[in-house]
Amino acid sequence: MSTPEAQRPDRPQQPGAEPDRDHGLDPAARAGHLDHPPRVGFFTDTSVCIGCKACEVACKEWNAVPEDGLLLTGMSYDNTAGLSASTWRHVAFIEQSAVVPRPAGDTWADPAGDDSDGDLRWLMSSDVCKHCTEAACLDVCPTGALMRTEFGTVVVQDDICNGCGYCVSACPFGVIGRRETDGGAHKCTLCYDRLGDGLEPACAKACPTDSIQFGPLDELREVAQQRVTEVQDAGRPEARLYGADPADGIGGAGAFFLLLDRPEVYGLPPDPVVTTRDLPRMWRHAGIAAAGLAAAAVAACRGGRT
Amino acid sequence: MAECHPVAFQWVMEAKARGATVIHVDPRFSRTSAVADLYVPIRAGADIAFVGGLINYVLQNEAYFRDYLLAYTNAATIVTEEYADTEDLDGVFSGLNAEHRFYDFDTWRYQGQQGAEVKPASGERDTPEPGERQIRSQVRRAGRGEAHGSGGAAASGTPDTDETLQHPRCVFQVLKRHFARYTPDLVEQVSGVPRDQFVRVCRLVAGNSGRNRTTAFVYSLGWTQHTVGVQYIRTAAILQSLLGNIGRPGGGIIALRGHASIQGSTDIPTLFDLLPGYLPMPHAYGNDGLDGYVRAETVQNGFWANTRQYLVSLLKAWWGETATAGNDFCYDYLPRLTGSHSTYETVLAQIEGTCRGYFLFGQNPAVGSANARMQRLGLSNLDWLVVRDLVMIESATWWKDGPEIETGEVHAADIGTEVFFLPAAAHTEKAGSFTNTQRLLQWRHQAVEPAGDARSDLWFTYHLGRIIREKLAARAAGGDGDPYGMDRPVLNLTWDYPTAGAQQDPDGEAVLAEINGWDARGHPLSGYTQLAADGSTACGCWIYCGVRADGVNQAARRRPGREQSWVAPEWGWAWPANRRILYNRASADPDGRPWSERKALVWWDPEHRRWTGADVPDFIGDRPPSYRPPPGATGVDAISGADPFIMQADGKAWLFAPAGLVDGPLPAHYEPQESPLPNLLYGQQHNPVREILRHPENRYQPSGDQPGAEVFPFVTTTYRLTEHHTAGGMSRFLPYLAELQPAFFCEVSPQLAAERGLDHLGWATIITARSAIEARVLVTERMQPLVVQGRTLHQVGLPWHWGPNGYTTGDAANELAHLALDPNVHIQEVKAMACDIRPGRRPRGPALRDLVRQYVERAGITDETGTEM
Repeated sequence: MSTPEAQRPDRPQQPGAEPDRDHGLDPAARAGHLDHPPRVGFFTDTSVCIGCKACEVACKEWNAVPEDGLLLTGMSYDNTAGLSASTWRHVAFIEQSAVVPRPAGDTWADPAGDDSDGDLRWLMSSDVCKHCTEAACLDVCPTGALMRTEFGTVVVQDDICNGCGYCVSACPFGVIGRRETDGGAHKCTLCYDRLGDGLEPACAKACPTDSIQFGPLDELREVAQQRVTEVQDAGRPEARLYGADPADGIGGAGAFFLLLDRPEVYGLPPDPVVTTRDLPRMWRHAGIAAAGLAAAAVAACRGGRT
Repeated sequence: MAECHPVAFQWVMEAKARGATVIHVDPRFSRTSAVADLYVPIRAGADIAFVGGLINYVLQNEAYFRDYLLAYTNAATIVTEEYADTEDLDGVFSGLNAEHRFYDFDTWRYQGQQGAEVKPASGERDTPEPGERQIRSQVRRAGRGEAHGSGGAAASGTPDTDETLQHPRCVFQVLKRHFARYTPDLVEQVSGVPRDQFVRVCRLVAGNSGRNRTTAFVYSLGWTQHTVGVQYIRTAAILQSLLGNIGRPGGGIIALRGHASIQGSTDIPTLFDLLPGYLPMPHAYGNDGLDGYVRAETVQNGFWANTRQYLVSLLKAWWGETATAGNDFCYDYLPRLTGSHSTYETVLAQIEGTCRGYFLFGQNPAVGSANARMQRLGLSNLDWLVVRDLVMIESATWWKDGPEIETGEVHAADIGTEVFFLPAAAHTEKAGSFTNTQRLLQWRHQAVEPAGDARSDLWFTYHLGRIIREKLAARAAGGDGDPYGMDRPVLNLTWDYPTAGAQQDPDGEAVLAEINGWDARGHPLSGYTQLAADGSTACGCWIYCGVRADGVNQAARRRPGREQSWVAPEWGWAWPANRRILYNRASADPDGRPWSERKALVWWDPEHRRWTGADVPDFIGDRPPSYRPPPGATGVDAISGADPFIMQADGKAWLFAPAGLVDGPLPAHYEPQESPLPNLLYGQQHNPVREILRHPENRYQPSGDQPGAEVFPFVTTTYRLTEHHTAGGMSRFLPYLAELQPAFFCEVSPQLAAERGLDHLGWATIITARSAIEARVLVTERMQPLVVQGRTLHQVGLPWHWGPNGYTTGDAANELAHLALDPNVHIQEVKAMACDIRPGRRPRGPALRDLVRQYVERAGITDETGTEM
């Protein structure tokens, strides 16, 4: 299904070059897909998530991702614990007892004057690979197994991956992992095989409340902007978008979220940065340091001779 | 609802997005609570007090929809002088036979009705032989509360009314007195719902009802599985009728069923006391002959007046040419009831040895039914058992690895039951229809052939019948006697469904065609009004008549919603007559005009002299609002143009039910069979006519103020999780689901955990008089202690999906449950019980029974405990 162009990773053209922000919304073009469909992604609206985990099951069914253990975590109803090689959708459950403002949605008189139910909140959120515009996993992959597709998504090619695991430490979200049984790295493909057939990803298809929305990224960003304003106006000023800003540390996510609390609450990094961002500078510093060391060594040798 | 019906819950989320306020009342804070606007914690078992308090609020504050109330309910009808309320008799109604524990309904009738007054719909209606008290009691216990489920019960004559609602014995005043003590303070004391929160709910519900707005109630098994389950729903029915929320868009009382097509399995019942279409099963005493049945079961007015048409057409569908006017259309081929044969009484019959063989179709009673231990003891005493399921469920393997084998009480070698396990086809492997809670039939197509030996239920039933018939026919041909004609009902059945494919699977649509029915020329019928009593029509289920109108499978229609009106009548097919909202005549005022534009659904078109609108009008199409029945009119002719409740004999919604229920014309709060609390409202602790099943394996605990009640100080309730399905046969065995909820756990509050030394993720043992089980502990603030009657009450939450087989295993919550049943529908009370909980795992081997025995002794439990009226 993938074209030869599609297999070309969009790692920075030359070591040392800064990421090209102008192409932030069009990583497919940057990867060489000259005539490509619009970039697609997920908008996960956690304010309507009911925690049914249909996304987790649909994902595993469609992608034949193996079951990965019967572990009662004690983390509320979350027994998945996190994204990994064998979990590409993960629903977090966060029980909060702190008093948080509740919606002022109803206009009827309230005899109590306060919301006694405001002291318990149960947040649910379906996490997934962010399909970053600046994808560190892809940057560091030495074999080209990780690639940017024509849809702007990031996919691991199982038959090329050598299991080195560089991508695992490179991901700022802890999304990708290595599966012990086959040694390879695995993560969400945004159902690459379905996209080619004009189908939406399995998780979005299964989501009963449309908490997971799939579509062209620019449209989703508009929808999300409108939705977050709605939710804020309905009395939840703490609602925010996460990963929707092309100016953030990963150039904006292909899969972004509407959260009802700070990202840390959901186990998400508050200010994710593509881990390869500082590489050029680090290399420069390393180069200077190395040059300095070499100079010092030379000087020392020379000094020794004198 | 989000927890157990996540797919249906999308519509609640959509309503919420459009501005609806969602209130969730539940003992535990669930996934539904998480997205509700208001979560109200409640003590399990106290809902009649809570909803009764709502009724009282509506009555005291005159928040009812007066025009609707006057025109469409029996508020103005005057009740007979002999009626005595729970307020007069400290918690029981008049007519209670304390010796045999049943109610005579005679005093619950309306004043001014003629002749035999109101006929009870539940229990038999004919007068039994004099002196046959025992039989009468037994027959009444057979209930038939579900009979006429799509309509009402019988009433005859014209009762007296007082349109000013001032008469002290008019239903409105009776209702007012009955609920007067259900004040916000009392609601708080009984249910634990804080006063202010309760009043807030009252204002929200009342404020969102009336001409322009409607409120819907949604319930599931949390409301039904009680010894007063039917009365829970009745309480909601009264409230919704007072508020004008029945028969109108956005209103109603919505029952979320526990399985796909459970609605279908009551419409075309798997219940012992019903025939298809809610026709009562004939009784052995009374109901003699077709005429006797029709006389006893027919209601004089309304659409139930056509009972003969419905039954004769059913008999024609089953016995075809054999059924003739000369032989009562084979009416005597129908089995007769002699008492209750509900699932739990059948378990007793198994233990007693009178029930020798058993079929289980997709049911797992060894862990999934109340008092699971008794279920297994029953199965162990059978000659044969057929289990048709997707996987090796506990009900197929208990004889070799069940809990009693572990405790050493029973040895596999001693169990004589021959078990036949027959793999079943899954829903993707067969075609057929599901009937959902909206009475909507949706046809499914077969995706793949069943693998291996798996076969559809239709295949099994058809071929089993075919083979039995062949054997009986051979016996008859061989001259073996059938002196009593016992074989004839089976031999004469119409059993000629076409089969297809390599497996010879019968064609589901041929069955649907028989259900829909045909006329004398074999043409498909288009509606139940065509049914005839002379044998010229055949119809397998009168309320489904029309599902194959014009020979087209209407249930298979899938026209997208955006391509049709907002009612979407061309998606599937809803019984009856493709009506999406029952009693929708009530969406218009008595003159036939919508109560408001915002809530318009159907209305009278004076120009064309027709009822019209977005839905199929649930009324006689050309009957003008001004029509009043002439004196002496009967049947459909007796329905006034202004009476929307056309299945009720008087055309009204019943605030007070003069017939139809075996445990009272009005709901009253009774404590559950097992409760740590006394009944604050009445001297009567329990539902006096609840069904008690006395058995050494079904010991009840003391309640309320009784000594020993303190041994079981906590309330426990069972429920489901999104990740699993019922008794786990379809989920525990699947890795993708098992890993999401990988262990049986109990949910407790931090306070209870501290009080009892329970550690998060540690083990706890939960004990009742029946058994003790162990569960991992989830300590969560989602379980909140309640203050009830001045004390802190803790509740223990138990998801009941587990059992010893499968990929994730654990103890079954149903080990703890007792068998005390709702007397109308014979359902168990697993949603509110009392228990003890302590840290650590339960004992193994014989020590398990020792632990239970210690508790029974400590609580002073005897075979009489808890059986008092």
